[in-house]
Amino acid sequence: MVKAPAPRILTANDLLEGDVLFLGHDGWVRDYRAARVATTASEAAEIEVLGLAAKDARLIIDPYLVDVALEADGTPAPVRFRERLRTLGPTVRPDLGKQAERRS
Amino acid sequence: MYRYDEFDHRLVQERVAQFRDQVARHLAGSLSEEEFRPLRLMNGLYLQLHAYMLRVAIPYGTLSSRQMHRLAEIAKRFDRGYGHFTTRQNIQYNWPRLKDVPDILAELADVEMHAIQTSGNCIRNITADPFAGVAADEVEDPRITAELLRQWSTLHPEFSFLPRKFKIAVTGSAHDRAAIKVHDIGLRLVRSPAGEIGYEVCVGGGQGRTPMIAQVIREFLSKDALLPYLEAIMRVYNLFGRRDNKYKARIKILVHEIGVAAMRDAVETEFARLDVAAIAADQDEVARIAGYFAPPVYEQLPKDSSTLRTARAQDGAFHRWVETNVGAHKVPGYTIVTVSLKPIGGVPGDATANQMHVLADLADRFSLDELRATIEQNIVLPNVKADDLPALYVELVAAGLSTANVGLITDIISCPGLDYCSLATARSIPIAQALSQRFADAERQRAIGPLAIKISGCINACGHHHVGHIGILGLEKAGEEYYQITLGGDPTETAAVGERLGPGLSAEATIDAIERLVEVYLARRQSGESFIAAYRRLGHDAFKEAFDAAA
Amino acid sequence: MPLLDATGAITDRWVRLTDDTPLPRAGAVILSVARLKAEFDQLPSHGLLLFGVEIVPEVCVDTLTPWLQRLDLIAIPFKSFTDGRGFSIARQLRLAGFAGELRAVGPLIADQFAYLKSCGFDTVQLDAATFGRQPSDQWLAALSAFSGLYQRSYGGPLNILAARRAARAKAADVSERAAAE
Repeated sequence: MVKAPAPRILTANDLLEGDVLFLGHDGWVRDYRAARVATTASEAAEIEVLGLAAKDARLIIDPYLVDVALEADGTPAPVRFRERLRTLGPTVRPDLGKQAERRS
Repeated sequence: MYRYDEFDHRLVQERVAQFRDQVARHLAGSLSEEEFRPLRLMNGLYLQLHAYMLRVAIPYGTLSSRQMHRLAEIAKRFDRGYGHFTTRQNIQYNWPRLKDVPDILAELADVEMHAIQTSGNCIRNITADPFAGVAADEVEDPRITAELLRQWSTLHPEFSFLPRKFKIAVTGSAHDRAAIKVHDIGLRLVRSPAGEIGYEVCVGGGQGRTPMIAQVIREFLSKDALLPYLEAIMRVYNLFGRRDNKYKARIKILVHEIGVAAMRDAVETEFARLDVAAIAADQDEVARIAGYFAPPVYEQLPKDSSTLRTARAQDGAFHRWVETNVGAHKVPGYTIVTVSLKPIGGVPGDATANQMHVLADLADRFSLDELRATIEQNIVLPNVKADDLPALYVELVAAGLSTANVGLITDIISCPGLDYCSLATARSIPIAQALSQRFADAERQRAIGPLAIKISGCINACGHHHVGHIGILGLEKAGEEYYQITLGGDPTETAAVGERLGPGLSAEATIDAIERLVEVYLARRQSGESFIAAYRRLGHDAFKEAFDAAA
Repeated sequence: MPLLDATGAITDRWVRLTDDTPLPRAGAVILSVARLKAEFDQLPSHGLLLFGVEIVPEVCVDTLTPWLQRLDLIAIPFKSFTDGRGFSIARQLRLAGFAGELRAVGPLIADQFAYLKSCGFDTVQLDAATFGRQPSDQWLAALSAFSGLYQRSYGGPLNILAARRAARAKAADVSERAAAE
């Protein structure tokens, strides 16, 4: 039996601001928990296309898919350490990045 | 130090206008992302893990008080209040916004600074000995050459789309503090038997995934031939450097593949075609630049400072700081001070905006208005009177800049690593912090003596781990960070690439392993023998045994 | 395909001939290296036909030396705008004495126009898509983005080192005259 692909979200950086974004259900969001989750290969292809369109429209840069694990309530959590870091900020500066913004 | 004339000013201002226009044209769709990316890289703007990163050039590491103040203001106004000094004498900001970058560049241009060619497949910042101009062992101040090359390489019409980045370093001393042997071109100022000053030219050094020591391509190059000869090297590289594989595109690969003899032939053939007189900088221009590096007016002071002697006798901490952070200056009564940006447990090379302001003030008050950034990620105040050291030290203590560890085991070089960098495979800064804390004890550090630990968070080796006495390379396996240790690296004139000790370890095990290696050294060293000397005498296996035994 | 020089978009009088198309009686034709090599000795010299060659970036410029006097155009392709070999090839051809038209062909960007000219190029042949995004006015603006360049012996705007030298000479002249008064 073919293994189902890991659920994925799409991440990128805001062109003008530079900070990390995720493709949401209605545009781009800064909180990964609100990202649109692609559970099938065709849905992943679909969000990739949306990412490339946003890149061509010069809203974002460097869009790519990120493997996630789903929590009980369906919230996505990036699997790879590097991608988890992108949702947090530098581990050596807990006062900077999204981790700090979420706390404030 | 060099001061811009009207032409230099105009060029950096035009560059700012050009970049502003490039951003606008990109937003408007004239420049695609693929087209814009190399253009923004050639203005030092990277995309990193969390944000953009702007790398500002500090040409050959020299800057004035006014310039350091401006760097601090930029950190405060446009970034998050700090900057990072790099292993190529530049400064990096980790949180600029693209929309602000033209304005940042304008602020820089205003104080004769820029971010030109700090990234991209072009000639990068020309680096030089941080003790240039004040070291006793100097044949000639390498910054004259470095400034000449800075101008020559800036917006070069022929060499701005190379196969890959290109790094040049210059040393004016036989003792190489500029790591020229691991640069694409390394230049050493030398005297011919007849007494003429010229260059020994080396090519093909570099780190990254295939570290190589540069080889001599020309034992003596006369000064007037410098620009044409470099033009010949760059042309050969531009034409024949590999473009099919990003990881084999540096000049070191070309030299390795065809051999240095063939490289020399190709360069000399090309050089022979050139009209040296038409390409070289004329003598008056070289003299004009050299004039800016004439020594400042020094006071006539006795060699021995009683003020210093007294203060050292009275304050143990100050005494220890002088021992580690203060070096001899070629002028009697003066010293070279290295300010450590490696506080115990801190982020190597980082300075807050406030600290930068303090350093700028101290340079103005105590160092004849000059500072240097080093490839060890520290800041040098090159002209401090011995009499002023106690007063300087008080200010450094107040600003958290008084760590007495220059050259010691906690003076760790570390790239930003996975905490910041999108190329990284592992974090490097936490390893530096843990090692720093493990060896925090001042007495223990002094007992160990000079020991350079260099850490890279990926195979690109921006932390220069290949030339660390102890090198650490951060990798990833099955989602976990692990670290490989190398031993015996050396960036100086006795250049060597470190040898791998064994398989990678977890972060915790790496710290323990380093401690074991240090204990082997302490147990087996001969009197007064540094770590690197003991390593060379005892051999790699002596350390490998201890490493394997504990694994 | 759009063709540009320092005045903007121009009409192209050159025709790229495939290897099997017979030479016309008159005009300006660009041949492949292979064809030029094969037919060099038989090329008509009545003056009604101008000859050019389209090289490849891997070319060794020395192999072109025997033909330089006979050629009025050399077309140098750029596989991408980041493949900078063409700049060096152009420079070598100018150093070898080639005085005809040097044409850059490929997906170059307007921001490179000043560099291309400094290295000896006269014209740029673009694809329509790039030209659509970067019309003539951007190319011409790029030519004057910098009023001076540091590198000696490259063509282009003011050479900064030469300007400094002239300024020094003028200052020396002025002070000489002031001293004489």
